[in-house]
Amino acid sequence: MGRTLFEKVWESHLVSQGEGRPDLLYVDLHLVHEVTSPQAFEGLRIAGRRVRRPDLTLATMDHNVATGDDTPADPLSELQLDALARNCAEFGVPLYATGSGREGIVHVIGPELGLTQPGLTIVCGDSHTSTHGAVGALAFGIGTSEVEHVLATQTLAQRRPRSLRIRFEGVMPPAVTAKDLVLAAIGKLGVDGGVGHVVEYAGPVIERLSMEGRLTICNMSIEAGARAGMIAPDETTFAYLEGRAGAPQGAAWEAALDRWRALPTDADATFDREVVIDATAIRSQVTWGTNPGMVVPIDGAVPDPAAMDDADDRAAAERALAYMGLEPGTPIREIEVGRVFIGSCTNSRIEDLRAAAAVVRGRHVHPSVRAMVVPGSAQVKRQAEAEGLDRIFTAAGFEWRRAGCSMCLGMNPDILAPGERCASTSNRNFEGRQGAGGRTHLVSPAVAAATALVGHFAEAGEV
Amino acid sequence: MRAFRTVTSRAAVLDRPDVDTDQIIPKQFLKRIERTGFGEFLFFDWRKDPDFELNRPQAQGTRILLAGRNFGCGSSREHAPWALQDYGFDAVVAPSFGDIFKQNSLKIGLLPVTLPAEQVHELMARARDGEELTVDLGARTAGGFPFELDDFQRECLLDGLDEIALTLREDAAIAAYEAAHAAPISTLAV
Repeated sequence: MGRTLFEKVWESHLVSQGEGRPDLLYVDLHLVHEVTSPQAFEGLRIAGRRVRRPDLTLATMDHNVATGDDTPADPLSELQLDALARNCAEFGVPLYATGSGREGIVHVIGPELGLTQPGLTIVCGDSHTSTHGAVGALAFGIGTSEVEHVLATQTLAQRRPRSLRIRFEGVMPPAVTAKDLVLAAIGKLGVDGGVGHVVEYAGPVIERLSMEGRLTICNMSIEAGARAGMIAPDETTFAYLEGRAGAPQGAAWEAALDRWRALPTDADATFDREVVIDATAIRSQVTWGTNPGMVVPIDGAVPDPAAMDDADDRAAAERALAYMGLEPGTPIREIEVGRVFIGSCTNSRIEDLRAAAAVVRGRHVHPSVRAMVVPGSAQVKRQAEAEGLDRIFTAAGFEWRRAGCSMCLGMNPDILAPGERCASTSNRNFEGRQGAGGRTHLVSPAVAAATALVGHFAEAGEV
Repeated sequence: MRAFRTVTSRAAVLDRPDVDTDQIIPKQFLKRIERTGFGEFLFFDWRKDPDFELNRPQAQGTRILLAGRNFGCGSSREHAPWALQDYGFDAVVAPSFGDIFKQNSLKIGLLPVTLPAEQVHELMARARDGEELTVDLGARTAGGFPFELDDFQRECLLDGLDEIALTLREDAAIAAYEAAHAAPISTLAV
């Protein structure tokens, strides 16, 4: 009986197993940021415990950081960032602090450094840790109590989740991106469709996707309720990792390739559930409601709750439309937008910025729109500037800001005002996510860029 | 962790699906570096509406929350269960939970009880009539309906055990794993 990618990674990290209790898994890489770690470090301090493996732990500053000089950080944010710096110094954890030139969103820097590798177990006190599964790692978000557990023991007690394979068949149309694939998948599964499961994304469309597109897909696994998403490592993965600072070098690289090539799911392995999606039929996606499963193609219209069968769905849709200030039947393209945000751990990598820059080059942001680009890391920012992307954006009227989570969740000063409507490349359109009363529509970088130019939802080909 | 054995109380009803942790505790309260004091900010934006479920007279002083499917989806913030517990809830009963929220709740002694949707709806009807409900972890029942929770989690909750101390008892097994597996990466070397 063959094994899945997930089973291979899980079983190779078992420290102990017992009847009636969860498996104890070894953690290869523990990523830490300032928001979900202070209480964990405090717990260690109270119990007189140490960090077992600082060499498998890496901290960065991302959620709270100010992304421009026009917006000084709030004193509470500064306190939290200072607490991380003090904790890392006290416990010997390496830290990529703001201004170090190495900082960035935790899920951008892991792959960028080459620390995110096939076959590893990776955790972080952040639900978008699922991102790292794109290289064939088992990566998932944990809470602060579990952060403390991993800091102290380098292990995590977990019940084995079920497995779900999503196969994207067919051919992705030219205007469609990885973001549209995953939004369409969440729309089909629902925001709880993946609860209790680890997802493996597979099929010809995934095999042809770039590494950065795969990171976008795995990133949003949690938006379907799945704690982890994985993609089998292949030549695309290896080419992406080769030469990166944290990747193996020389003979160790060759040995790693041998191990990684044994990871993909065996032909005769089985999953608890399988879903097939025809990518040929997918179009650019735009969310209309207050969770990522409330999504339609850009050619579509705001749905009518009255047409929904399930009473819970109907009530939720009515609440969502009231919050979003939308009427059923409104064509998506006619919805006017005042803000555009290009950034977040979903879509702030160099390919995302190139895709957006290709749309805005030589054009100008619509006078009623305020648009910003926030690169995912200091390194992405440097690379974009070396390629001249920053000048394309600023010439078009976009703000070009420093790396951080920024307006994805608005823990820093980058937030929406009540009632403001935003086309955002981030991952959550929950009520108030980008600022109390703010109205978020999730889109791809190309759609966000086109929308910024015309002031309503649009695709690149229309502007 | 706070131990949990049994709670008997009237219950608050929040019959909405997919309540995310951003609603339970919005981001501006995640800047605190303490574990306590989040209760006053629970459902901060929704509580501005005087008719919000938790603002109603019958919800006052309740220790059990009856919720819709996929409760606690979204962000991994443990601040969400901290806020619910600090506000006064000892148990949340729902047809399903976000995976990370459920795990976080178990770690702090806030009991997440999963029951079929019909049973949750029946409990909601009884709660609206003002009936007191009992959630009994020893018997694994909520409002008389049996629920599942594995023995390990149940014992940890009943005794309020420190899971880190439990794992550290397996130090030899962890050391053996480390001896047999060279670390594939080093964060100190990049």
